[in-house]
Amino acid sequence: MSMFRRLVNTFSRSKLHQEIDREIQSHVEMRMADNMASGMSPEEARRDALMRFGSRVVMRERITAADAATGLDAVWRDLRYAARHLRRSPAFTVTALVTLILGIGTNVVVFSVLNALVLRPLDVPRPAGLYNVVHKQPAYDNHSYPDYLDFQSKNSTFSDMAAYRLDTAGLGTKDAAYKCWYYRVSGNYFDMLGVQSEHGRLFHATDEHGPNSAPYIVLSHAFWRKHFNADPGVIGTTVDINKHSFTVIGVAPAAFHGADLFLWPDFWMPMVDNPDSQDTNFLSNRFTHNIWVLGKLKPDVTPQQATDNLNAIAHELARQNRADDGLSARLVKPGLMGDQLGDPARSFLAGIMLLAFLVLLAACANLASLFAARTADRSRELAIRLAIGSSRWHVLRQLLAESVLISVLGGALGTLFSTILLNALTRWQPFAEFPVHVAVSPDAEVYSVALLLSIGSGIVCGLLPTRQIWATDSAQVMKSGAAGTLVFRRFTLRDLLLGIQITLCTLLVTSSFVALRGMRRSLHAPLGFEPDGVLLAETDLHMGGHSDASIAQIRKRMLEEISHIPGVISVGIIDETPLGTGGSSTPVYRMGTIDFRMSNSAFGAKYFSISPGYLEAAGTHLLGGRDFTWHDDAKAPNVAIVNETFAHAMFGNTSPLGLRFALGEKFSYEIVGVVENGKYESLTETPWAAVFFPLEQNPDSDTSLMVRSPLPPAEILPEVRRVLAQIDASLPFVFHTWPDALGFVLFPARVATATLGVLGLLATMLAVTGIFGMAMYSVSRRMREFGIRVALGAQAAQLMRSALGRPLILLLSGSAAGLFLGVMASRLLAQIVYEATPRDPLVLAGVLVTMALLGFLATWIPAQRALGVHPARLLKEE
Amino acid sequence: MARNDLQGTLDLLVLKTLSQMGELHGYGIVLHIQRASEELLSVEEGSLYPALHRIEMSGWIRSEWKVTDTNRKAKYYRLTPAGQKELQKAEESFEQLVKGIRAILRYA
Repeated sequence: MSMFRRLVNTFSRSKLHQEIDREIQSHVEMRMADNMASGMSPEEARRDALMRFGSRVVMRERITAADAATGLDAVWRDLRYAARHLRRSPAFTVTALVTLILGIGTNVVVFSVLNALVLRPLDVPRPAGLYNVVHKQPAYDNHSYPDYLDFQSKNSTFSDMAAYRLDTAGLGTKDAAYKCWYYRVSGNYFDMLGVQSEHGRLFHATDEHGPNSAPYIVLSHAFWRKHFNADPGVIGTTVDINKHSFTVIGVAPAAFHGADLFLWPDFWMPMVDNPDSQDTNFLSNRFTHNIWVLGKLKPDVTPQQATDNLNAIAHELARQNRADDGLSARLVKPGLMGDQLGDPARSFLAGIMLLAFLVLLAACANLASLFAARTADRSRELAIRLAIGSSRWHVLRQLLAESVLISVLGGALGTLFSTILLNALTRWQPFAEFPVHVAVSPDAEVYSVALLLSIGSGIVCGLLPTRQIWATDSAQVMKSGAAGTLVFRRFTLRDLLLGIQITLCTLLVTSSFVALRGMRRSLHAPLGFEPDGVLLAETDLHMGGHSDASIAQIRKRMLEEISHIPGVISVGIIDETPLGTGGSSTPVYRMGTIDFRMSNSAFGAKYFSISPGYLEAAGTHLLGGRDFTWHDDAKAPNVAIVNETFAHAMFGNTSPLGLRFALGEKFSYEIVGVVENGKYESLTETPWAAVFFPLEQNPDSDTSLMVRSPLPPAEILPEVRRVLAQIDASLPFVFHTWPDALGFVLFPARVATATLGVLGLLATMLAVTGIFGMAMYSVSRRMREFGIRVALGAQAAQLMRSALGRPLILLLSGSAAGLFLGVMASRLLAQIVYEATPRDPLVLAGVLVTMALLGFLATWIPAQRALGVHPARLLKEE
Repeated sequence: MARNDLQGTLDLLVLKTLSQMGELHGYGIVLHIQRASEELLSVEEGSLYPALHRIEMSGWIRSEWKVTDTNRKAKYYRLTPAGQKELQKAEESFEQLVKGIRAILRYA
């Protein structure tokens, strides 16, 4: 209670003072009246009454002393004093604020992303104990549906286990058709995650009774709002999915978007249903690895026990089924597409977080220098205050108040800016045709980290100059003036900080140059095809409800009619666009293999189905042999075209033309052509073996039409669209140019480059201000000395050497160290950015020029100032 | 052992005065102590007001602006229940102090 009153008093100080004055006034008047009544003259009466109180101001202070003793008042006073001081030197304040906004803002942004992707648990009602079950081999995350069923029924360590896969489908209502991304999930999926429906109901394990037994879908909240105007009446109605009838039974809550952090699907469907009438057998085929498995541990089971349990089951399964040869299990944190994105995302984010933190440290180092310089400039004032009895602690508290005030202010502004940026990032949809959102809005954790960083950096900045105060000998300072107090011979902590800062700056500049060059190179890398000038039209023919028999006819018609469009040079079809979002691989066997198990295979190869003319349309060079023709159909002998890596791995240096390989007991293929190597999944992959089959012999409903034309896409697109609509208006196509479609594979590299670029720029700015501050400071402190030296006949070069010697030494050694570290760090970068190598004369030259420019920029003004010294005028001043 | 000092004694005088007179302003307290002690004790204004402020902050008295008989505005203080208890304690410890001092003076 009384604490509260003190607090109120602290903030209503002037009101309290007025009240005390009024009370004393009334006392004085009463005393005067009594004095006059006892016979004093008015003048005497007044004097007597006032005398009893002494100084009004002292009286007031004594009365309120009780409040000040609590410290609250003192802190408030320190803060106000600090604010006043900061207002009086706007240049200093603005510099410090900008430095802090950059430093803290960067950290808040990076931490938010790290928090959203790595630290925060999955955004489902019951996230505890959830793990994705993947294989031991990295980046091999999918299981087959029968294996999932075995894992689920035979384990003793999970309370439940669900399966899901991402797929595309055409969803048709009475009025419109949409190409949708959706999850096909096991029946127990919603119950295991603890999700309740917002409208209608969700499906459960009890709804599943074998293939196509549960033709229900659950809409996502966003899709329901966007395309059904949030109408609850949609529940119970039917929609067409790939021309098959499905009943909408419910709407999921707005916050729920499945078990992947980035993906926001349009709806959910039971896995047992199959809208691709042809794609029937994955539910019973152990060879088809296309689902993610998500398990929920029993309460007192450790992940290790569960892993052992699953591996024992896997071992048993491998013994029983040839398809499960080498099956293994590993648990990973869910959320990043199984764990496909997990490792690179985690290590990259951890690296960036470290860099961001180093940037903040550099900012703090700068600020500490600024504060130290300021303290030194004020050393005379401080000495006087110490001399008249102020305690060192008191002076220190005041300086600390200043730095904490400014850092909290800078932190608040930095957080504000980064919140704006993060919210924009959350709304951003990086890929038009892919349901990806990066939900990174800051939460309470982010804000507390921001506050912690602000106060922390304030204290660090403020404490570094304290040694100066502790060492202040007031008599000495006042005698000699400010200049005498600092020793310039020794290397100080500040020099070390500046050196680290320059090192860091060089490291970041090197990394961003390496990344930039890598990006440029990846745009001109030998991809094994020529994306420029190609228009893509992608669809799944099953979405039009076509059967495999009619698919062949439709494809032929499409190719035929598009090739007649004026301006089209060539056209072809491939089932999966290389460097697109899909792709499959298969084990390949030498002829003569008898036991076709995984461990007996020669190697794994990417495989594609292509139409005649695809190679020409894609710009893939045929190195030998022939392209497919329409005669390579189901009745003709099996043929294949392989790439160089395949040919070399299988046959060494002999020409593979006419030779054969096998995929299984009854499946052997004659090689009729060899094409150049290419990139199939990512730009940074090592060369894959790849094999192409004729579409007629290896049909697939996925269709990517490639139309090559020298005309601009805007001219050719309407024509292609018109022709395709004539063939089947109900087919949902996605159109884009091939270079645009490559955005997906280039995305990680783009993000890495942009991030490094921004951090590099920040570090450069901080380094420039750091060197500038130090050089400027050292020059201004020694102007008198320079004046004397010039008067005694010193040359400009000698002056420069002593004025800028130290900053330049720091610049040189820092740059060297940074360049070395940058070269080391590039190895890490090479995993994300294509051909990121620092052994590139352009990169090295770029870094050196940047650092030299930076040094020049930062020391130019101080150098001018030192050279412009005017001995007579300077000596007159003191 | 009695907790006591000069400050405590002034607090005791103020609390006792207010408990006897009910409601009083600062000047009234000065006059009352002077009169009641038969001019033996005189409270200085310089000590009284800091003490009043401190005692009020401790929650033992409450204040209110009122008009005096002579039509002047003045700040009146009155005892709170907590102040009543504090007064009792202060009186007891003062008794102890007086006893102790007397014992020392009588010691021969």
